[in-house]
Order: sequence, then structure tokens, then C-alpha cells
Amino acid sequence: MSVTSNSGQEPIVARTPEEVERLGATWQSPKGFIGWFMPVNQRVIGRRFVLTAFVFFFLAGALGVLMRIQLMSPENDFLSPDLYNQFFTVHGTAMMFLFAIPVMEGIAIYVVPMMVGARDMAFPRLNAFGYYVYLIGGTVFFGSLLLGFAPSAGWFNYVPLAGKEYSPGLGVGIWTTMITFIEVSALTAAVEIIVTILKLRAPGMTLARMPLFVWAALVTAFMIVFAMPAVIASSSMLVLDRQVGTHFFTPETGGQPLLWQHLFWFFGHPEVYIILMPALGIISTIIPVFTQRPIFGYTALVLSLVATGFVGFGLWVHHMFTTGLPQLGMTFFMAASAMIAIPQGIQVFCWIASLWGGRVRFETPLLYVLGFFVIFVAGGITGVMVAVIPFDLQVHDTFFLVAHFHYVLIGGAVFPLIGGIYYWYPKMFGRMMDERLGKISFWLAFIGFNVTFFPMHQLGLEGMPRRIYTYLGELGWGDLNLLATLGSLVLAGGFLLSLFNAVWSLWRGEPAGDDPWGSPTLEWATPSPPPNYNHEYIPIVSGRYPLWERRGQASQPVVTGLRDDRREVLVTSVLDAEPQAVAVMPGPTIWPFISAVAASTGFLGILYHPSFFLVGFFGAAATFTMWFWPRRPWRDD
Amino acid sequence: MLLQGCSQVQSSLDPASRSAALIANLWWGMLIVGTAILVAVLLALFIALRRGRGPVERPLSARGSFLLVLAGGVATPMVVILAMIVVGVSMGREIGDRPDSGPIVEVIGRLWWWELRYLDENGDLIATTANEMHVPVGQPVRLRLISENVIHSFWVPQLQGKTDLIPGQVNESWIEAERAGVYRGQCSEYCGQQHALMSFLVVADPPEEFEQWLSRQAEPANDPQSSQEERGQQVFLEQGCVGCHAVRGLSAAGEIGPDLTHLASRRTLAAATIPNTKGHLGGWITDPQHVKPGNQMPSTVMEPGDLQALLAFLGSLE
Ligand code: HEM
Ligand SMILES: [Cu+2]
Repeated sequence: MSVTSNSGQEPIVARTPEEVERLGATWQSPKGFIGWFMPVNQRVIGRRFVLTAFVFFFLAGALGVLMRIQLMSPENDFLSPDLYNQFFTVHGTAMMFLFAIPVMEGIAIYVVPMMVGARDMAFPRLNAFGYYVYLIGGTVFFGSLLLGFAPSAGWFNYVPLAGKEYSPGLGVGIWTTMITFIEVSALTAAVEIIVTILKLRAPGMTLARMPLFVWAALVTAFMIVFAMPAVIASSSMLVLDRQVGTHFFTPETGGQPLLWQHLFWFFGHPEVYIILMPALGIISTIIPVFTQRPIFGYTALVLSLVATGFVGFGLWVHHMFTTGLPQLGMTFFMAASAMIAIPQGIQVFCWIASLWGGRVRFETPLLYVLGFFVIFVAGGITGVMVAVIPFDLQVHDTFFLVAHFHYVLIGGAVFPLIGGIYYWYPKMFGRMMDERLGKISFWLAFIGFNVTFFPMHQLGLEGMPRRIYTYLGELGWGDLNLLATLGSLVLAGGFLLSLFNAVWSLWRGEPAGDDPWGSPTLEWATPSPPPNYNHEYIPIVSGRYPLWERRGQASQPVVTGLRDDRREVLVTSVLDAEPQAVAVMPGPTIWPFISAVAASTGFLGILYHPSFFLVGFFGAAATFTMWFWPRRPWRDD
Repeated sequence: MLLQGCSQVQSSLDPASRSAALIANLWWGMLIVGTAILVAVLLALFIALRRGRGPVERPLSARGSFLLVLAGGVATPMVVILAMIVVGVSMGREIGDRPDSGPIVEVIGRLWWWELRYLDENGDLIATTANEMHVPVGQPVRLRLISENVIHSFWVPQLQGKTDLIPGQVNESWIEAERAGVYRGQCSEYCGQQHALMSFLVVADPPEEFEQWLSRQAEPANDPQSSQEERGQQVFLEQGCVGCHAVRGLSAAGEIGPDLTHLASRRTLAAATIPNTKGHLGGWITDPQHVKPGNQMPSTVMEPGDLQALLAFLGSLE
């Protein structure tokens, strides 16, 4: 391996066509039916994560619309109470666990390695394992809805309601199991992302030159690592309470219902930032591209992300202001909750400064980002309001809250995400999405969103609690609810139009070329869609905007000497990305899939009988052994 | 399902107590500040985008950008946060201070209705009722919030913010109505299938009327006055109603459903879901699952004559 600086846009030591072909064959994913269960390449796995997450998004969104239809008029009987309760539980759980986290992970898995100039992620097989676990968990969860025994204790699943006595049957068991699946999947992805970012960056991409999206992915991954254990602990305790009769949460025998709330929200609040953070990264990616100028306040933006990551862990009690905890302690959490407004404010104004006076291209990705500004800032302001304890005592658990968190989640995460999809789609599929449909979809979604969720603020103030399947006519909530329901149809129309656009453009979209937007980051240096090995040569980076810095320049320094007959990646140092070593990545295999099936059998079997724990344990151990069976990369040396 | 003569609202924007009025004012204040901030941010964004429309870029200088971020992203949130902490803490103290005089009511969250137990100063029981809390106007009422099943939350938007009822602990709250009236409240922590219809009324009466009401509630049930009422009482005892309901003075002490000793004095049935009229009561007894699917009362099938007698008996329980 050597680092070569040369003086032509083409590297000096160009590969011969046979060598390129061999490189392609080395990184090729297997084909055929069995082959579907074997690939480990980061882009294949990333794309699967994103697509699967969107399937769950549309299913959960449909539930949202059905709930809105039930609430359209007072005393409606479109849905039975039991079904409505299952719907909001599945909707909330699926949106948070099966859509928002995995989709963000998926985008990070797809984009980050290419952005940092790597050929794959650090642990490709683990990546594949994480995906199958997610797929199985999500499918079982939605399956339970079809079979009519979905959980109905809400997405935060408070005990004792979620205990065996008040939620008999399989529902809550399915919920805890699904949580376990997602935890495993999210943790594998997080570890993967952290190591890839810290160790596989292209030479010269020091921490201070890392694209902001990569920073966002890094902070997100660290948050996952620290937040998930709390919910792993709590859901395991709940499983034990339910299946083997322990008493962590049963008050009659000295258990503590509030313990659940502390553990759940210690995870649950950071979770919100885990969802938000990559979206912030997407915005910081899109704004420079559509103004063709470097972003203002790179360092401030990085520090804001990191600060949000830390402060996000100090807020959980603001979900518990009505539980009768001591005033003084709660005051601390009130202050901490409000403090999060500072890093958010810094980011918003850095972006405004970046846009200021620039020649902005108002294309669909940017439109979605501008939509973010309106919705997210509004949601942030209501967020500061509900952090004021006396006010929270009135609006907690009402539709005001439903409005607030949809403003933050849809405005803060889903809008930038869709912008990001429009932005990266050409890289993923080699074709552009249609601009005109894109713009129409934006306006439908934007207007539909506000018509749906804005009236809910008023409903909450007028006393409408959340999670109610019906309400009496004389309470006077009918008109605004009808309005919200009509809005939700428009909103759904906007999302569906983007879906249609994505499918249609697969065949009909204009060919994109390598770099349709004039972007500065490395993923656009590859062909669209990228070849199996991402970058033919690992680039060498000398600034924050590698492709812009290369413009007009004749030279393009690259790393040469990586072999093309096995999956080699370049390992670099954590801070300065100095080349350190070459690592050989494992190739495609079916074992991660089989391990995922073995582990899933164990997780699900526990609902039937505790002894399935052993089945899962030994099954997973055996298949892991096969998976890790020593390869001999040195053999053909 | 119309609640004739009952309060039509449970809006926190129509306060009837000092606490609720404070919070409503807080809301209006925050609404003004919040709207101003939103408008300012969007205005900044708008100007930023407009300035780029000419043929040349007109970016902000580094210094200008820095000042913009400092003013908008650091200074403004700091001031707002400081203000809100000060207001939040002082208002929190005022609202949270439970007075140490006034009637004591134990509010017990059931599936899915409210049991109300009036206690005297020594903690002895005066009277038990359900779903309709009477309070004296202008006097604080101390609440002890109890649940033996799942978590509920006690909320009367016009009078006070919510406090949860958590099994294994007793939370405290208080309310004080400043004017006479009927205020609606509703459970606001999801508690299972009929969370939606777990509501109640708070009736604020002048203190003398309240005292009368309370001493009436403390008495056992009326004796039947007619043969039809007598027969109704028999039906009540024979039809299994007693398994779940208590009528003080009769050998009926069930605990699953509300105490019916003074049922006829209440305005509503089924946790403020339907008005307490003879028609609704008959409909409820014959098919409660239709009104409130999943609730814990089974339907009772009986001869029309028996039902009429039962309704007459229940109607006499004033
Ligand atoms: C099509 C768009 C959507 C519509 C129409 C919609 C509608 C609703 C409705 C009607 C509720 C139930 C309110 C209640 O009865 O308490 C709800 C709850 C919820 N939604 Fe959405 N929603 C949408 C998108 C989303 C998205 C994108 C997310 C998150 C990323 C999300 C997260 C949640 C959560 C966490 C809950 C609470 C569930 C619970 O109470 O356990 N929603 N939504
Ligand atoms: Cu309740």
C-alpha cells in the first residue's frame, strides 16, 4: 500500500479493465434466491434498511389515518375501542422503533462509508445480522396486528397496565420481544457506524474535516449505545415479571411502577434525539449543496450536535412531571429541558446564516428543508412551553402533546429525511426523481401536515386527552377533529405522491450522472449507482469539501496498492486519519441470516415457554461459531 | 347522548380557579412570546432567501453571521429560558402548595370510573360516592389520589392541572373552585380499554349547600315507598347487582362498581358518559356493553315488569 500524489484527474496507476473487473467480482454480492440471504455489502444492507423502514412507515401511517377517521366525529364507531387502542400502540411503536431509528441507521449505513471514502463498513456480517433481526422483529410485530392480538398498552407501555394482570395474552409479549429485536439491531448498527467512522476514513479526513452528516451519525450511534441498555433492562424486567413471576413492577408485592417510567424515559427521551440527529445532519448536507457555498459555523454545528447528545440524556423526567415527584428535583429537569433550545437555536441560525444572500436553488430537497424550518421551530417552541411545569400539568397527555411531538418528529425528522431521499436517490438508483411531482408532494405534505396537527394544539387546550377512541359531542371538539382528519388525508396524499415518484423514477427518471447536484462530499465521486466496491481508488482528502476543492484542479491524490482479489479496506487513525493498516473484510455468507433466525426463535419462543431461552442461546452460539469460523485470508498470500 | 343541564366544556382556557387562571395566563403569555419568536425566525429566513435573488450573491459577513447566531441562537433562548424558569418555579410553588384546611376527599381510580370517599379531619369516612364530586365554592378541597389497579390521572382542566394516581403510592393535590358551577374532568393517563370514557363531574356549590349534600350522602339509602319500589329492591338483590354495587342500608356491599346509595342524586351515569334519566338508566342496565364497550358491568336480562320496578327503586335512591 502506498499513498500516491499524481498530477492528472485520472490516477497515474490506472487499473486495467481486467483489474477493475476483478475488483468488481471480489466485492460482488451473490445472486439468486439463496443469494438474497447472503450479501454483506454496506450499500445493499443500507438500502434494505431504508426500504423496509419505509414499508413500516406507510403501514403505520395508514393506521394513523384510520385513527383520524375514527376521531373525525364524536361518538363515531368506525373502530372499536380495542382496535383503536391497538392501532395507536402499533402506530406509535412502529413509527419510533420500526421506522424512525432504522431508516436513519439505513441512510447512515448507505451513505457514511461512501462519504468517508471506505469500501464497506467495519463489520459487514454484523451489519447483515442486524438487518435480518430487524426484518423478523418488525414483521412479527405487524403480523400480530393482522392476527388480532397486537399490544394495546401504548408505545411507552406503562406498567401496571402492561403487566400480566391488566394485559393478559400475547400482545405485550410481542411488544417486549420486538423491542429486544430492535435493540439488538440498533446496537449492531451503532457499533458498526462508530468503528467505521473512527477507523475507516480516507487518509486526510481528520475529525475536523468530517462531513457534518458523518458527525451526526457518530453522535447518534453513541447515543444509541448509551440509551439502549436502559430499555433493554426495563423490557427484560417486564418479560420476567410477565413470564416467570418476578415483581419488579407489581406494587402489591413491593414493585415500583415508576421504576419503569424512569428506565423507559431514560432511553425514550434520547431516542427522540437519536431520530432527530441524523436529520440535522441531512440538513447540514443539503444546505451547502443548494447554495453552492460552504456552511457557516462548522465547529458550532459540530459542538451543537455533541451538546444535544449530552443534554439529551438529562431530560427524561420531563415526561413525568405529573407523577408527584418532588418539586425541587423536577425544577432541574425543567431547566435542562429548556437548555436544549440553545444548541438547537445555534444550529437553526447557522443554517440561516449559510443561506443568507446565497443563490439558492429551490429544488425539492431544499424545499423539504425549508419546510423543516417552519415546522420544527414551531415544535421547538411548544417544546419549551411544555417544559414549564405548571403548563405541562395542563397539557400533558393531551392532544397538545400529540401536536407538539408530531411537529418535532415529522417536521424535525421526516421532512429532512424525505429531502434526503430526493437528494441521495440519484446516487442510489442512478436516476433523478421527478422535480414537478416532488414539489407538488412537498406542498401537499406541508399543508396537509399543518392542517392535521395545528388544530390539535387547540383541542389539547380545550381538554381533549390523548389516546381516547371517542369523545362526547357536547364537548365541542368535533369541528377541529374533522379538520384534522381532512388534513391527514392531504398529508397522506403528499407522502404517497413521493412514494409514487420514487417507484416511477426507477424506470422513467432522467439518468443522473455521477454528481447531479454539484455536491462536495465523496459519495458523489463514484458513478451512480456506485459499483460494488464504491470507490475504485480510496481518495485522499485535504479539506472539508473534497469535490469542490478538486474542481478545476488537474490532480487527484489517491491511495494505491489495495489488492483487488480480496476485500481489502484501509484502516486509518482516529483523529488524523493517517493510514495505519490494511484490513481484509469477510465476504458474503448465509450465517448471519441463520443466526438471526436462531436468535429470533429464542426471543419469540420465550413468550411460549421460558425454556426457549436455552434454544435461542445455544442456537445462536452454534451459528455464531459457524459465522466466525476462521477464514484464512493469508492462505493465498 | 346529551348531558342536559351539564357543563359543556372542560377547557383549560376557561378557568374557574386561581390555579387554572394562573396557568391560562401563563399560556397566553407564552403564546405571545412564542409567536413572536417564530415570526422572527421565519422573517430572518425569509430575508436570508430574498437577499440572494439578485444577480450577485450577497452573503452575510463572517462577523454578521456570528452576531446573527449569537443573538438568535444563544442570547434569545437564554433570556427565554431564564424567564421561564423563574415563572415556572414561582408559579409551581403557588400551585403545588396544598393547603392544610378544607374537606379531604380520597379519589380512587377504578376501571373505568372514579370512587370518591369524603373523610373527616381524623381520616374517618363520612360518605362514599362516585363520579360526581361536590365541593364548596371558595374553599380548598384536599385530594388524596389512590389507585389499586393501573395508573390514572386526575384532571379537571378548569380547576387544576393533572396529577397521576399511581398504585403503591398516594399522591396529593387540591382544588378550589372560585365560582359555582359544574366542571368536567377526565382521566388523562391511558388506563386501558375504556380510558376514553372515564370522566367525572365536579359540582361547586355554596358551602351550606355542600354541607347539606354531604350529610345527605352520609345517610343510608331511603326505604322503598311503594310496592313497586319494594319489588324493585327485591329485583336488585336477586339479580346479582349486589355482587358489584353497594347500597348502604341494604345487604349490598359490592365493590367492583360504584356505590349506588344515592344514585338518583347524581347527574350522570357511567362516569359522566350518559345523563341520569330513566331511559338511559334502563338502556345501561340491559346493555352496558353497548354504551361503553369493554366495561366491567355485564348485561342483565329481565322481564319488562322487573326492569320497571328496578328503575323505580333506583329512582328513589336520592
Ligand atoms: C401520516 C402521518 C401521521 C398521522 C396521520 C398520525 C396520527 C396520529 C394519531 C391520530 C395518533 C393518536 C393520538 C391519540 O389518540 O392519542 C398518533 C400517535 C402517535 N404518533 Fe402519529 N401520525 C403520523 C405520523 C407519525 C410519525 C411520522 C411519527 C414518528 C416518527 C409518529 C409518532 C407517533 C407516536 C409516538 C404516537 C403516540 C402513540 C401512543 O400514544 O402510544 N406519528 N399519531
Ligand atoms: Cu384512567
